[in-house]
Amino acid sequence: MCLAIPGKVIDAFDQNGMHMAKVQFGGIVREACLEYVPDTRVGEYVLVHVGFAISKVDEEEAQRTYQLLEEMDQLTELMAPVVEERGGEGERR
Amino acid sequence: MKYLDEYRDGRVARKIVDEIRHVQTKPWVIMEVCGGQTHSIVKNGIDYLLPEGVELVHGPGCPVCVTPLEMIDKAHAIARRPDVIFCSFGDMLRVPGSDGDLFTIKSEGGDIRVVYSPLDCLKIARANPDKQIVFFAIGFETTAPANAMLAWRAKQEGVANVSLLVSHVLVPPALDAILQSPQNRVQGFLGPGHVCAVMGYEEYEPISARFRVPIVVTGFEPLDILQGTLMTIRQLETERAEVENEYSRVLNREGNKAAQALISQVFEVGDRKWRGIGSIPRSGYHLREEFRAHDAERLFDVARIDTREPEICISGQILRGIKKPKDCPAFGTLCTPQRPLGATMVSAEGACAAYYAYGRHLNKEEVDVPVRSLGGAA
Repeated sequence: MCLAIPGKVIDAFDQNGMHMAKVQFGGIVREACLEYVPDTRVGEYVLVHVGFAISKVDEEEAQRTYQLLEEMDQLTELMAPVVEERGGEGERR
Repeated sequence: MKYLDEYRDGRVARKIVDEIRHVQTKPWVIMEVCGGQTHSIVKNGIDYLLPEGVELVHGPGCPVCVTPLEMIDKAHAIARRPDVIFCSFGDMLRVPGSDGDLFTIKSEGGDIRVVYSPLDCLKIARANPDKQIVFFAIGFETTAPANAMLAWRAKQEGVANVSLLVSHVLVPPALDAILQSPQNRVQGFLGPGHVCAVMGYEEYEPISARFRVPIVVTGFEPLDILQGTLMTIRQLETERAEVENEYSRVLNREGNKAAQALISQVFEVGDRKWRGIGSIPRSGYHLREEFRAHDAERLFDVARIDTREPEICISGQILRGIKKPKDCPAFGTLCTPQRPLGATMVSAEGACAAYYAYGRHLNKEEVDVPVRSLGGAA
């Protein structure tokens, strides 16, 4: 769980006063917080760790790293349930 | 995907290995710090590719592994309470404490939830105002920005029913402790790439200078690890001891300043116990006084829980590079990923679990050595 996963920012928005984004990882889309890389734009790639973007990367780096993580079976954190704003143990997307 | 092929190309790997052979004149012991690097080395058979005199030993950089058993027991004591919803990253669920794991507690009726982001706890808290939401905040510096944001937002938004059970650890004091040990064998380090993406690598410079050891901040792809090893050996052979950055396509010396700023507003540095190693001075983050209302260790009376490790386990020596998993009589017999006795067997990023997963407990001849993923370069 010490590794960050690269993904593509496909939407950016503000929620509860925080910069947030929808980030695509292969076929999975999850929300990520952009507070630590606030100048990120839609279409750029970021390294995401437990729901937080920690740095930007280029597309080639992102693709290569993603594939490696997939081979190393290190993508399970993306499978954690989605928690909707109203709480409860959200549904898996 | 030209780039991808380049990074997997056995010829490139072979070229780096040839260069290592060319520059290396003496035996060297190099420690990779990060558990992700350990996993990559064992999976790809990188240790088998390197020339005889270059030994990679596996460091303490697996957060699940080094979370002390007593902290697991504290988590379980809190998670068993009927007024608590206990939230955790998925990989902590199957880590056994003295009496079962979080799955056991869930099956006995405990409300245990796996979260993707620490921020999920705020949503769960708002939806369950009559419950205490406790988040198991473990990790190295990579995870600290996320966990700090949970505490910060809980305080800012006045979400009173959220607290954190903090067991955060820091890499530089661990390297310091390894180098200070009289049994130390480590002569150079492959530094942890994603930790340094957050923290930068300035704080490694005094360690490198004081102990005269090269530290090369390295990624975790096979060619990164080979390149980082080459850079380290070049330094060792020319008697240089510097911090170098192999992973410049991801990080720089400064790291992520915004993340560092929030970390230092929420956490302060203090002593921390490491599983298998013991207490290391100033090696962990603790919540600052202003956040005491969100500190689960204060809110729930668990401070007195004190658990001892099984005596047979040698993970403390493995985490410091003194021994290898195969030196342990319990490895693969009494101790397996299904029934781990200690730190390095509990998570896939631990050295023992990685050795076990890739058949290193079998004889070399029995194993389909995975150098194939590097084009069979051997």
